[in-house]
Amino acid sequence: PCTQRKDILHKDASAVMTNTVVGGIMVSYDFFQQELDTRHDKYERLVKISRDVTIESKRTIFLLHRVTSVQDTEDLLNEAEAKLDGVRQKIGQIAEELRGEDIYQFHRAFTPGIQEYVEAASFLHYIRHRSLISLEEINARLVFMRTEKADPRGPEALPLGAQVLTFQVTPSDYLLGVADLTGELMRMCISSVGNGDIDTPFQLSQFLRQIHDGFSYIGNTGPYEVSKKLHTLRQSLGKVEDACYALRVRGSEIPKHMLADVFSSRTTIIDPEEGVV
Amino acid sequence: DIRKVVQVLEQTAREVLTVLQSVHQPSGFKEIPGKCAKARELFCTVRTQMAELKTKFPVEQYYRFHEHWRFVLQRLAFLSAFVVYLESEALVTREEVVQILGIEVVREKGFHLDVEDYLAGVLIMASELARLAVNSVTAGDYSRPIRISNFINELDSGFRLLNLKNDPLRKRYDGLKYDVKKIEEVVYDLSIRGLAKEPESGGDK
Repeated sequence: PCTQRKDILHKDASAVMTNTVVGGIMVSYDFFQQELDTRHDKYERLVKISRDVTIESKRTIFLLHRVTSVQDTEDLLNEAEAKLDGVRQKIGQIAEELRGEDIYQFHRAFTPGIQEYVEAASFLHYIRHRSLISLEEINARLVFMRTEKADPRGPEALPLGAQVLTFQVTPSDYLLGVADLTGELMRMCISSVGNGDIDTPFQLSQFLRQIHDGFSYIGNTGPYEVSKKLHTLRQSLGKVEDACYALRVRGSEIPKHMLADVFSSRTTIIDPEEGVV
Repeated sequence: DIRKVVQVLEQTAREVLTVLQSVHQPSGFKEIPGKCAKARELFCTVRTQMAELKTKFPVEQYYRFHEHWRFVLQRLAFLSAFVVYLESEALVTREEVVQILGIEVVREKGFHLDVEDYLAGVLIMASELARLAVNSVTAGDYSRPIRISNFINELDSGFRLLNLKNDPLRKRYDGLKYDVKKIEEVVYDLSIRGLAKEPESGGDK
């Protein structure tokens, strides 16, 4: 309906334009109003989707945090994977909204959601593979096949005939997402200490250190937000290092008390001189 | 112009930092000499970049543009102090820093290192050492924290001799006592567990 109105207005415009200047201004402002409204509507829709993406990603992360205390990790990971698939559908909607648009124009509308998604996806990837997911890997999973259908919402969504729709995560979104990931890893470290898991904290501290070194290599050349996150990253790293330290120090006395309980079924006395880990 | 050169310097400084950060990794402890050598190599680049910076402005106007390179100069002072500490476990003298960076001590001779910047660099190193103490325990090196503790205590008493004004340096100095405290806790933990004296019978892997 909108496109039709545009056409009518257009005819009017050329007619009026020849007569009075005042009318011309009114008409052209009518156009501006339409243009702005369309843009604002799109923006709002994007914000909405982004919020959904954020919520779902957050839930996935919470789900993943249970990994430390659950026996069958595989089930849990699959569940998380399924959830992320749902999130990806939503991102598909974003991609659809953005078709034919300048991605950076609406960037602010969906960047929180995308960061959260990167965080969730990389967290899952870390738990599975103990490594950092790359930007390419993330982008590779954000390719959507479109079954062509008329899009009733956006008047500018002319059938482009594009079957494949991709969403490109910007490098800075990726970086910010990864920076958030470190906060999750820190939590995971602390909770695995609580569960008596002694290996994970050390692995995590190494991994975090590598990320930290990577970020400090970028330093303040990156976007402003990155340097803010770097500060938080330092704190997370400090906590993890302290946790490892505590484990290491206590570790040498644990055999007598706590760890003995863990191993009590197997051995009787553990040589106190022999440190754990 | 100055800004451009300073940016390049900052990049090199970060590269040095990345090299040195790996000493915190458990595997990095054995490779300290290697890391230092690599850092030293990078300092060569720093020297040429410093030389370039010197050509960008008249010598007598050092303090006019001081703010531009103050940050990076403190960083570089920290990095050289850290390298020297890792190599010899001693505090760098101002002369050494100046030599590593290819600049002068006194103002009259050209581009120099301000005392405040030197001291700020040393303070940054102190917090890095506090971290190193924690991580060396994690890596199973129980003797290093005690050496670090002695060193930091000496440093602390040194700083107490100074009458600091209420300026950024003073603020940074106030952070030192937390570093001291942290290292003392590490030493305490180690000594009540008897890990302090016999590193070989302790929890070696």
